[in-house]
Amino acid sequence: MTGAAGPGHDVVGFARALRDAGLPVGTPEAAAFAEALGWIDPLVRREVYLAARATLVRRREDLAVFDELFARFFGGPAPARGRAAPLAPRHDPAKVFRTALVAYMAERAEPAARELEVSEHEKAASELELLQRKDFADCTPAELDAIARAMRELRLDVTLRRSRRLVRARRGGRLDLPRIVRDAARRGGAVLALATRRPKLRRRPLVVLADISGSMELYSRLLLQFLHGVTQRHARTEPFVFGTRLTRITPQLQIRRVDAALDHAGREIADFAGGTRIGECLHAFDRLHARRVLGRGAVVLIISDGWDTGDPARLSAAMHRLARRAHRIVWLNPLLGRAGYAPDVRGMAAALAHIDDFLPIHDLRSLHDLAHRLGRLPRRKGAVRAPWPHKPRAGLADGAPRSDTRAARSPHPAGRRGEP
Amino acid sequence: MSEPAASPAISPATTPQALAEALAAHGYIVDDALAMTVYLALRMQRPLFLEGAPGVGMTLLASGLAEVFDTRLIRLSCYEGLDLAQAAYEWNYPRQLLALQAHGRSAADDAAIDDLYRDAFLMRRPLLQAIDAAAERAPVLLIDEIDRADDEFESFLLELLGEFQITIPELGTIRARHRPIVVLTSNRTRDVHDALKRRCLYHWIDYPSLATEVEIVRRKVPGLGEQLRRRVVAFVQRLRREDLSKLPGVAETVDWAEAMSHVADAGAGALEPATVDATLGLLLKYHDDIERVRGPLVEQLLAESA
Repeated sequence: MTGAAGPGHDVVGFARALRDAGLPVGTPEAAAFAEALGWIDPLVRREVYLAARATLVRRREDLAVFDELFARFFGGPAPARGRAAPLAPRHDPAKVFRTALVAYMAERAEPAARELEVSEHEKAASELELLQRKDFADCTPAELDAIARAMRELRLDVTLRRSRRLVRARRGGRLDLPRIVRDAARRGGAVLALATRRPKLRRRPLVVLADISGSMELYSRLLLQFLHGVTQRHARTEPFVFGTRLTRITPQLQIRRVDAALDHAGREIADFAGGTRIGECLHAFDRLHARRVLGRGAVVLIISDGWDTGDPARLSAAMHRLARRAHRIVWLNPLLGRAGYAPDVRGMAAALAHIDDFLPIHDLRSLHDLAHRLGRLPRRKGAVRAPWPHKPRAGLADGAPRSDTRAARSPHPAGRRGEP
Repeated sequence: MSEPAASPAISPATTPQALAEALAAHGYIVDDALAMTVYLALRMQRPLFLEGAPGVGMTLLASGLAEVFDTRLIRLSCYEGLDLAQAAYEWNYPRQLLALQAHGRSAADDAAIDDLYRDAFLMRRPLLQAIDAAAERAPVLLIDEIDRADDEFESFLLELLGEFQITIPELGTIRARHRPIVVLTSNRTRDVHDALKRRCLYHWIDYPSLATEVEIVRRKVPGLGEQLRRRVVAFVQRLRREDLSKLPGVAETVDWAEAMSHVADAGAGALEPATVDATLGLLLKYHDDIERVRGPLVEQLLAESA
């Protein structure tokens, strides 16, 4: 540890320490810091701190880690930074804690799941046929591994939206004047054809909020593997998990190797297999993340059985806000696959009035259906929603949509399970 | 192929403190952290990347800088699909077409085509204006709400911020004689690509401290008595700790302070719950939020912030 701030600051060492802690600090940033030291008084600790912060930090989330490492590296107490909220100790090696999830995974994981061999893969393929309709809750660990491998192949076909960027069109669309002039210039001033442009199609961002509380324990590991697969394949995915609190696990699941990714995600999650306060977690989402991740017409997937120990009114209010911002809300409920299930769980009933599609997620087939269906979500029109009748209705177990008006309006009846 | 010359008139920025004072003289209050980041951005000639909640005055900083350096403020507001034609330059197509038609018969020769792409037909958009070599001194280029633009525009911007030049195929490369002072702002409706942030000095602007905000209100609403000013700001600061959809920004504080200077009994220096209830719409912009705060909570917050 270097002593008090002095002229001979170990810029490289400090940059490396930040990098080791997970901040995106490379040589250019270190060079910028060194340059900045030339413009300030390197004997004034506060100036060194502010200069380091200006050149080495690029995300608000990294400020907490930065402050702590700065204090450790340059001695003295952590510098005052104003009244920003304390942040999760994501990268701090001193505070890394292995939570219930890791222990749980270690207990359940079969060594065979780590590395995949070809012969095993073939065997798995035939087993998969049988596994298509077996409820995840009834599967053995070996079967779960087979399912996890199958999930890695799964592509979610997320629906498209028209962006405001224009690309060249074959026919139709708006006039492309620059091209018309260029073409005309080439042809001696004659306008022979009218070039046009049309909006470029883009995939919608996907936000996944997955319940990892106690009642969902049987599905949690699979869920995380599913989230990892989706995050890897679909560039604009923001996975979150919740139980009693909300955790964003996007950076963790962006790690390519599934074991490492789940391991890192596990360190993040402090409320694994505990209670559920969906309403609180959705409020936290609304306050902290919605602005950033719900832009550009996002599709929101909520994966939960709807068991909520919180206040249903709060959940309903949070769902209402979410519904206003999201392009579409798809609620995936593993219990929906059970014969005779009706969503009389308090939380589920409160949420139903605000969701667009209510689908099962309990076996491989339902996952495939989901992957297929996300690409064909009909356009949502109007914000008026009929309240869900509290008594269960026929057809609900099939995951019929919660609103008859909606079903009548949309070309694809949203939420009906595709039967073979 | 020389580097763009350093921004001239950098004299107000000899130290971070001097810069903060110069900005304050023009009505923009910064804390020492922001002063340092701006100072280094000027010294190191890096773009400034400001992120924060809406209403913390990111845009105002750019106009404050323009005033301090007595230079032009060029503003580019971003939106999805923003392209070169709107951001950098565009040819005046109707005039080009007319010119083509006029040339019509003798056309097809290169001279006629060259004639189409000359300066007179060029429409300069903010980015081209900013690096236009004709500028006498470096302007302040504000690229507002970059988070609303898309990836395509970001990659173009990345190029521009690296070289400070724009290549127009028909005319050649236009290079900045003076490197503009670039300020990018983001409300964080989306994560901006890391490569872009890497070129910049980053600063997260938080809501100001009580003292800073009181000072801002003192400058913007001189008609408000000192005691009431403090009460007004304290109430807003307390309100920001509540769980609301949209927290009031500094602009809202100033608006509300102005309103209070008209309605409140200046002599009393006190805030009446009824007055606060009636004017909550100036602070909170969501019906749910107003409903939540109105009535008992206002009284409680007033008591707590007294």
